[in-house]
Amino acid sequence: METIPILKVGDCLLISIQVDMHDRLAMSLQNHITEQVVKHHARGVMIDISALEMVDSFIGRVLGSIAAMTRVLGAETVVVGMRPAVAITLVELGLSLGTLRTALNVEVGMELLGSLIDASTGGAFRERQAD
Amino acid sequence: MTTPSAGKWAKVLAEDKDAFLEHWLREQKAVISARPDLMVDSELRRESAEFLDLLLAAADEGAAADISAEPWAPSREYLAGISRSRAVQGFTPTETATFVFSLKQPAFALLQAKLKDEAVLLSEVWTFNVLVDKLGLYTTEIFLTSREDIIRRQQAEMLELSTPVVQLWEGILALPLIGTLDSERTQVIMEILLQSIVDRSSGVAIIDITGVPAVDTMVAQNLMKTVAAARLMGAQCIISGIRPQIAQTMVHLGVSFEGVVTTASLADALAHAFRLSNLHVSQAQSRS
Repeated sequence: METIPILKVGDCLLISIQVDMHDRLAMSLQNHITEQVVKHHARGVMIDISALEMVDSFIGRVLGSIAAMTRVLGAETVVVGMRPAVAITLVELGLSLGTLRTALNVEVGMELLGSLIDASTGGAFRERQAD
Repeated sequence: MTTPSAGKWAKVLAEDKDAFLEHWLREQKAVISARPDLMVDSELRRESAEFLDLLLAAADEGAAADISAEPWAPSREYLAGISRSRAVQGFTPTETATFVFSLKQPAFALLQAKLKDEAVLLSEVWTFNVLVDKLGLYTTEIFLTSREDIIRRQQAEMLELSTPVVQLWEGILALPLIGTLDSERTQVIMEILLQSIVDRSSGVAIIDITGVPAVDTMVAQNLMKTVAAARLMGAQCIISGIRPQIAQTMVHLGVSFEGVVTTASLADALAHAFRLSNLHVSQAQSRS
């Protein structure tokens, strides 16, 4: 079964979704991410969905729950690069995902993640970057 | 009635074509169809002659009174052309239809003079009558469709014209909205705004509703959808240009833009956008 690679960069986990998501893949991604967050003591998770062209309500909800789950585990999740069509679909489906943090692209997302980690740890991210 | 007899009136008319054309033109001038102020005499004569030729040609091929049939295609096309050009020239649909209907009087007179058998006369007059009625109504139909085309085109143009996305600063977009926001327009606006956010990688978008005449629950909901979609992509939205009266009606209706920054003016929104983007505007030191 195909899996989506999860890359560890410093305190953060990077996930880039490059394939069409189906329900089982989404569920396994959710399991994977939560396991990896615990394993690496990650403080931030970034999910790049710029290649994702189609979503349904299930995938949308999974994205929301991943963010909520990682928050419980002490890591902030930022979803970056959502396409206009995907955003419109999610809104039309009634999934505005109020608590989900989003950013335009990976660069902006990294900044946001950094400031979020700083806010929760008192500057740990910045210190590490400066090293 | 068999098909060959359908052409009998045409033969009678064709024999006396020139005299018939004169009679028809006289008739057109007598009724309201001819408008010397809109169309010169020679033009009317040319159109009438050409149409008469097409009509007789079609009848010659033994076409029945069904004007949607193939032999009538040239006549239909010609009539459609006339109808459109006359609509542009300022004729009313009645006047255009009368151009066709005025065929009846001269044709009946001619048929009456030529056909001695009363039964044949009656059936020919009837056939011709039905045909002319159909052609007359056809001109009205074309007139209406051409008007509808114009309306549709204008609607599409209005949609495009009224949604410009402007870049105020690097990373700050503005979308000044003018006119009522219905669902269809919201869809277009949403698509245009989100695409611009991606294209110019802007983190802040200001939606200015100074030009929106009224904000009801529907409009608010549509705006909130746009804001939510932009937020999902990682851009923050500011709604600006809420006039005092709009603010009052919104509160009375119980409409709220919850979780969205709203400002009274575009200037305030821009100031807020600068703050969001960590930009600082200050007055330059004046050189004394």
